Amino acid sequence: MNSENVIVRLNEVEKEFDGVKVVKKLSLDIKEGEFLTLLGPSGCGKTTTLRMIAGFSEATSGEIMLEGVDVSGLKPNERNVNTVFQNYALFPHMNVEDNIAFGLVEKKVPKAEIKERVSEMIKLVQLEGLEKRKPAQMSGGQKQRVAIARALINKPRVLLLDEPLGALDLKLRKQMQLELKHLQQKLGITFVYVTHDQEEALTMSDRIAVMHEGVMEQIGTPDEVYNHPKTKFVASFVGESNILESYVRSVDGDLLHIDLEAGKAALHAKGFGVEEMIYICVRPENVKLSETPVEHFSIRGKVIEHIFAGSVVKTEVELLTGQILKVASHPNDDHVEVGKRVYVHWRPKDAIIVHTVEEQIYNVIEQTTEKLYKEMEGVDEGED
Amino acid sequence: MKETEKTFLKKSRKIKNNPWSVVYACLVYIFLYMPIAVVIAFSFNTSRMNVVFEGFTFDWYISMWSNTLLMQAFKNTLIVAFVSTLLSTFLGTLCAVGLNRFEFKLKSLISTSLYIPIVIPELVFAIAMLILFTSVNISMNMATLIISHVTFSMPFVVITVRSRMAGFDKSIEEAAHDLGANELHTFTRVILPMIAPGVLSGAMLALTLSLDDVVVSFFTAGPDSQTLPLRILSMVKKGVSPDVNALSTLIIIGSVLLLVSTTLIQNKLEKEG
Ligand SMILES: Nc1ncnc2c1ncn2[C@@H]1O[C@H](COP(=O)(O)OP(=O)(O)O)[C@@H](O)[C@H]1O
Ligand SMILES: [Mg+2]
Repeated sequence: MNSENVIVRLNEVEKEFDGVKVVKKLSLDIKEGEFLTLLGPSGCGKTTTLRMIAGFSEATSGEIMLEGVDVSGLKPNERNVNTVFQNYALFPHMNVEDNIAFGLVEKKVPKAEIKERVSEMIKLVQLEGLEKRKPAQMSGGQKQRVAIARALINKPRVLLLDEPLGALDLKLRKQMQLELKHLQQKLGITFVYVTHDQEEALTMSDRIAVMHEGVMEQIGTPDEVYNHPKTKFVASFVGESNILESYVRSVDGDLLHIDLEAGKAALHAKGFGVEEMIYICVRPENVKLSETPVEHFSIRGKVIEHIFAGSVVKTEVELLTGQILKVASHPNDDHVEVGKRVYVHWRPKDAIIVHTVEEQIYNVIEQTTEKLYKEMEGVDEGED
Repeated sequence: MKETEKTFLKKSRKIKNNPWSVVYACLVYIFLYMPIAVVIAFSFNTSRMNVVFEGFTFDWYISMWSNTLLMQAFKNTLIVAFVSTLLSTFLGTLCAVGLNRFEFKLKSLISTSLYIPIVIPELVFAIAMLILFTSVNISMNMATLIISHVTFSMPFVVITVRSRMAGFDKSIEEAAHDLGANELHTFTRVILPMIAPGVLSGAMLALTLSLDDVVVSFFTAGPDSQTLPLRILSMVKKGVSPDVNALSTLIIIGSVLLLVSTTLIQNKLEKEG
């Protein structure tokens, strides 16, 4: 990556609250003009990360660089970034115009220019006619637009958005997702966007950083994150997935023959040895059902139910081991009757290996030693 | 939904039409306002005695201005009320903002201890102030009186302002910082306008508390700083002269005007907020 167009750099950033690490060794380069999403379940440290970039809280360790400058110790108003808050945080006593103008008034921009730029912004976020409204007299979507305009008018290099659409209903949210994306493309401003909604992340982002318990597990384009999840968590959090435990039975070029509890299967992968234990992830839309056995596969199950969910049919198949497999197919496809026995298979290239057990054990060992180290340090201090 | 609304409307209309409810309401008002009406009536009484109404006169409204003791007490009351209201509103608002803003050790202890002047009996509080002042050899004067009034009225300001702030989203302050406002501007442009209605009601409370205080003033006022309530109290034995009624009537009119205007201002602030 060209370091010139990195606009935000996080280098091994950590944050502790009362001795509990909520962000762990986070390193991340955000490129100029990109739409980067921090995706993860509630409580994984997304807001905390955003607040450190904005300057509302200081990192416990590590460094944060904005436009190549270390910003530790700089106040929010000394950083060329602006934030759109989770609950809008509009000033309730000011009307739309005054809310939007707030930042420019602080910068002592001449009145005529403020007026012009505010009306430009109001046009940009389509709030014409509501200039004199107070926040209490507006809908959630409108308030959100004011919050975005209020931040954008300061021409920040980076706009930070913390679940900005979280409070809106589904339909409005979908519409605002597209609008925000278009706005970002039009203005070319870097967006750092926080959400726990994987669909939203996949729709809007140039790149997604998936966070889990304070750790960034993967960063990549929506395609990479969805189709090539690196860890079990990413595979299960982003999109629907079937995660299966298996052992390598034999290696045949880049075709790996594996044993699942429920039967034999195969996939494309390199660098694995016989007897190695691996987790594989297969997306529901890649699972195929047939009434006759398929080469390399011997997994059998029974169709439990079909759920028609508009554009897809979601099918549940119970394997002989009792495990439930999720299958998705097109409504126009032929569907095996409920209760019938089927053979399960997939194209070998459609299964992905996620986070092998060795790696997991390694992680556990690493974490435990770190903890032990800390405790030993604690004992030393106690003796002093 | 519509059904219940209709029946509700019907019911409320029924209550209005019920003659007993009107009688009841009248009785309540008579009970509340009779004493005030009596004071106003007797301020126009020609007799010196507040017992029978003999004839109508405006004399007391003229003679009260030459009653120097009464006028001096009235002046003291106004000075004390004005200064102590300003001080307690200022200190109380700062205190509330600080308590809302910062997290620190003993915070809950400090915020609970603010209630002490409110809950302990006024007499105990007054004697405590007296002991405090005498133990450091301060003789009672206007300043001790004002300090005492600030002490008992400030907690009320803190409470009203804090309750006003309780519902606020903390990120509003952060938004102001984010948009380039320093601490001072964040306070003057964002926080203060938002808490203004609370500050105003706090100030009104402080003002009324100070205006009609007897117990604390009795112990902490010096000979030169007797307030109107104390003056009237001392007149009770000899009989309260009708010019007190006249002055009281003026004070009642003043209070009503003040109440109406603050309500109007508050409504305006609420609409803006
Ligand atoms: N000011 C704070 N003090 C203590 N713990 C906090 C504070 N802010 C956040 N946390 C904790 O840090 C973790 C991550 O929080 P947060 O970054 O808000 O998560 P997210 O935005 O991903 O839902 C949570 O467990 C939360 O309880
Ligand atoms: Mg959050």
